[in-house]
Amino acid sequence: MIASVMFYVFAAILLTAAAMVVSARNPVHAVLFLIVVFFNAASLFLLTGAEFLAMILIIVYVGAVAVLFLFVVMMLDVNFTALRSGFQRYLPVGLAVGAVLLAELTIVLSGWKVAPEASMLRLAPRVAHVHNTVQLGRLLYTQYIFLFQAAGLVLLVAMIGAIVLTLRERSFSRHQDIARQVARMPDDTLVLMDVPSRTGIAGIGIQRPKPAPEPQPAPELEPAAHGPAEGQP
Amino acid sequence: MLFAVAVFAPLLGSAIAGLFGRAIGDRAAQAVTILCMLLASACGVAAFIQLIYQGGSPGVVSLGTWVQAGSFHVDWALRYDALSAVMVAMVTTVATLIHVYSVGYMSHDATRWRFFSYLSLFSFAMLMLVSADNLLQLFFGWEGVGLMSYLLIGYWYDRPSACAAAIKAFIVNRIGDLGFALGIALVFWTFGSVEFSSVFAAVGDHRNDTYTLLGASWPAYEVIGVLLFIGAMGKSAQLGLHVWLPDAMEGPTPVSALIHAATMVTAGVFLMARFSPVMEYAPGALAFVTIVGGSTALFAATIGCVQNDIKRVIAYSTCSQLGYMFVAAGVGAYQASIFHLLTHAFFKALLFLGAGSVIHAMSDEQDIRRMGGIWKKIPLTYAVFWAGSLALAGVFPFAGYYSKDAILQAAWAAGTGTGAYGFWCGTLAAFLTAFYSWRLIILTFHGRPRADAHVMAHVHESPPVMTVPLVLLATGALVTGFAFHTQLIGPEWRHFWGQSIQIAPGNQVLAAAGNVPAWVDLSPSVVGLAGILLAYVLYMAVPEVPARLAARFGAIYRFLLNKWYVDELYNALLVRPSFTLARVLWQVGDAAIIDGMPNGLAALTAGGAAQAVKLQTGSMAVYAFVMLIGLVVLSLIVLLLLILR
Amino acid sequence: MEVGLFHYLFVGALLLVMGIFGIFLNRKNVIVILMSIELILLAANLNLVAFSAALDDMVGQVFVMFTLTVAAAEAAIGLAIVVIYFRNRGSIQVEDVNLMKG
Repeated sequence: MIASVMFYVFAAILLTAAAMVVSARNPVHAVLFLIVVFFNAASLFLLTGAEFLAMILIIVYVGAVAVLFLFVVMMLDVNFTALRSGFQRYLPVGLAVGAVLLAELTIVLSGWKVAPEASMLRLAPRVAHVHNTVQLGRLLYTQYIFLFQAAGLVLLVAMIGAIVLTLRERSFSRHQDIARQVARMPDDTLVLMDVPSRTGIAGIGIQRPKPAPEPQPAPELEPAAHGPAEGQP
Repeated sequence: MLFAVAVFAPLLGSAIAGLFGRAIGDRAAQAVTILCMLLASACGVAAFIQLIYQGGSPGVVSLGTWVQAGSFHVDWALRYDALSAVMVAMVTTVATLIHVYSVGYMSHDATRWRFFSYLSLFSFAMLMLVSADNLLQLFFGWEGVGLMSYLLIGYWYDRPSACAAAIKAFIVNRIGDLGFALGIALVFWTFGSVEFSSVFAAVGDHRNDTYTLLGASWPAYEVIGVLLFIGAMGKSAQLGLHVWLPDAMEGPTPVSALIHAATMVTAGVFLMARFSPVMEYAPGALAFVTIVGGSTALFAATIGCVQNDIKRVIAYSTCSQLGYMFVAAGVGAYQASIFHLLTHAFFKALLFLGAGSVIHAMSDEQDIRRMGGIWKKIPLTYAVFWAGSLALAGVFPFAGYYSKDAILQAAWAAGTGTGAYGFWCGTLAAFLTAFYSWRLIILTFHGRPRADAHVMAHVHESPPVMTVPLVLLATGALVTGFAFHTQLIGPEWRHFWGQSIQIAPGNQVLAAAGNVPAWVDLSPSVVGLAGILLAYVLYMAVPEVPARLAARFGAIYRFLLNKWYVDELYNALLVRPSFTLARVLWQVGDAAIIDGMPNGLAALTAGGAAQAVKLQTGSMAVYAFVMLIGLVVLSLIVLLLLILR
Repeated sequence: MEVGLFHYLFVGALLLVMGIFGIFLNRKNVIVILMSIELILLAANLNLVAFSAALDDMVGQVFVMFTLTVAAAEAAIGLAIVVIYFRNRGSIQVEDVNLMKG
């Protein structure tokens, strides 16, 4: 009983927040509404008994993805634009299409019947009295270990990809190139000279550097020797 | 064996000169080609002597299989009989003399190795033509001479007129070749083979075959005869397809002498004689041949009377003489036509080479209106010109007397209407021939010099390398008629010709030609002398009369001067419409339609892509919206499917 | 009224729809889009947990562990990208993000 009421409450907030996400004027508001959506979705997950997933949803989605969205929204200095007029043009068509889609889905899903043999075809039956997290762990690290590692690789690739995409070369940052430093030979840097006494620097050939020459104005281009001069037919 | 060497030696010379000419140099190329031609000539004459006088037997020299396709079988083979031996001997001899002459005439040319290679290659093609044992090989030689004619007419390819003339020659020949190719196909269709041995053996069997064309049924032999003659018309420049011959004078003079006097243009006559076994059974075709030949003889002679280019006059003379040969073939006296071919080769080549000598002496001047008064300065050329013209006019005892008279007598003796037409055209043409030949001599060599002093100072006799061939040809022009007339056209002609020329049993033309009335016998000589006399009167005695006549009968004069406007007619009727059609096909058909298709596709694709790009607005909101809509639609579809299930 | 599986699922569906609604409706800034994505992921997690409870199966909760991990990683990277984008462009108005325009 309580569960049903909670379901309706969470579902209502979820759907309202989702509607606000797509129609909010301020993008920051939109992100915040997205966070509300995630929270309520996590609650719905809890209601079905997927506890681990609910927590993961909050940690990953809210804690990482939504924060990321917030970062980007704030970084990009997005203009506060008013609703554009084009919005209205697609609205009727969009609503119509959305309604059709919803109708289709409803038709399909409302007639859903579970086959009698479905219980025998279960790939990983839920075991009673074992904690949800423990069950998930038992499955993930044994039967689906390969997919688990692959998911890890996907995340690695995404991380590298994000870094590579947004990396900017800072040309004015001086950073040390250790390899070059280590590869330096004494001959490149040191010259041993025998300095006779009382000769001074000029005596051993070290001159004051010459002052840079004044930049000359560019020489006059010679008039072209071919063709008639301008002004003549 | 000798025969095969005679045919293939020029090919060797041409290959060496052509492929390595640049490397071995002009003199070496000339030496190689002339050596090979001398070898060919020696072998050709030896083969001729062996066959005719030493009791050799005709035969076929087989060289290998060419085409083997189902029932169509053709070999590379040389036919060794009297007709081909005569032709090979004549072609090789004349070609050798012209090769030697060209050493002098082309001495200022930059690529002499190319010229000599072309000359030798032409000789090879002509020899292949006359020694072929089947129609396909003959066609190979036929096309080969056509190609070499194109290359040689356009030898100086930096002259646009030469290039145009070469193309004209090739295209007009091609039109004739279409008829020829159809004829070959019809021969194969009728006889099942194109080899002469098989065809001639089966002549009696297919006499009554008919060929259905356009709904009407024609005798097959008539159609074959007409088609082959159309090919001959193209190659031998008969009326209608003659337009290329005067323009072909753009080529160097040795080329005109070899190709357009002695050899290539006579290929048509040769074809008629070679195909005598079949032609004899096609009287309709023969009548057509006579009419065309006679008309050409007269037509060309009228034009030759008023031309002013020395080579053009001789070209029209060639055209006219070819008409004579076809008249002879048409009335059934093939022997006479080949005899005239033989003598004509000598004196026409002589005239051309003499003209070349004149041109060489007059510093490349070819217009006879700017010549005159040079007979004392180039006496040798003058003398050979007289020799050639006397032979051409048919004055006893020069070569032309025997052959021309034989033709006119045969035409009369045939007794048919077409024969009579041929006789009268021929007689009139003989008169005009004599007239314009002496007009040429007088205007070129006699009278007041009409060239400027600078040219006149340079008039000199040609070097021996040019005059020796002239003298040799003059000897031929003098002697050939007298020496050969009995053997070739006398009562014992079968002893000479063997099986190479066959006539129908009812054909007694050659025998009857010996029994014509006296006036027919004398008329060629009489009209010849009359022509010479008229030319003397008009151009030596009263030289101002021709100009007055030309002014008085201006329209006729212009009509003849412009070659009866045939070129203009063809231009308007055929050439311009072809160009227009080609231009339309190019600009509309090819560029717009055919090119337009891939270009249009490309433009379409590009345009489509440009439109599709508009989907990519870059706006995230739109993208997200579209994704959402897509998602909704998809789930709707899935839902509906589930519900409907 | 007894709260059963359907109620949880319905709440999750509503949360999902509101998240989607928020993605493409907002014009203000890109961070709200990221927050809406978090809402959607939360809806998915709620679904998983509800089923885990209903079916008595621990796999649902194990899966939620991983979904959580990935969501956190994705939020981190997404925010890093937003930071750099702001550094380069100076604005995170949704409509100004149109460099991918074709």
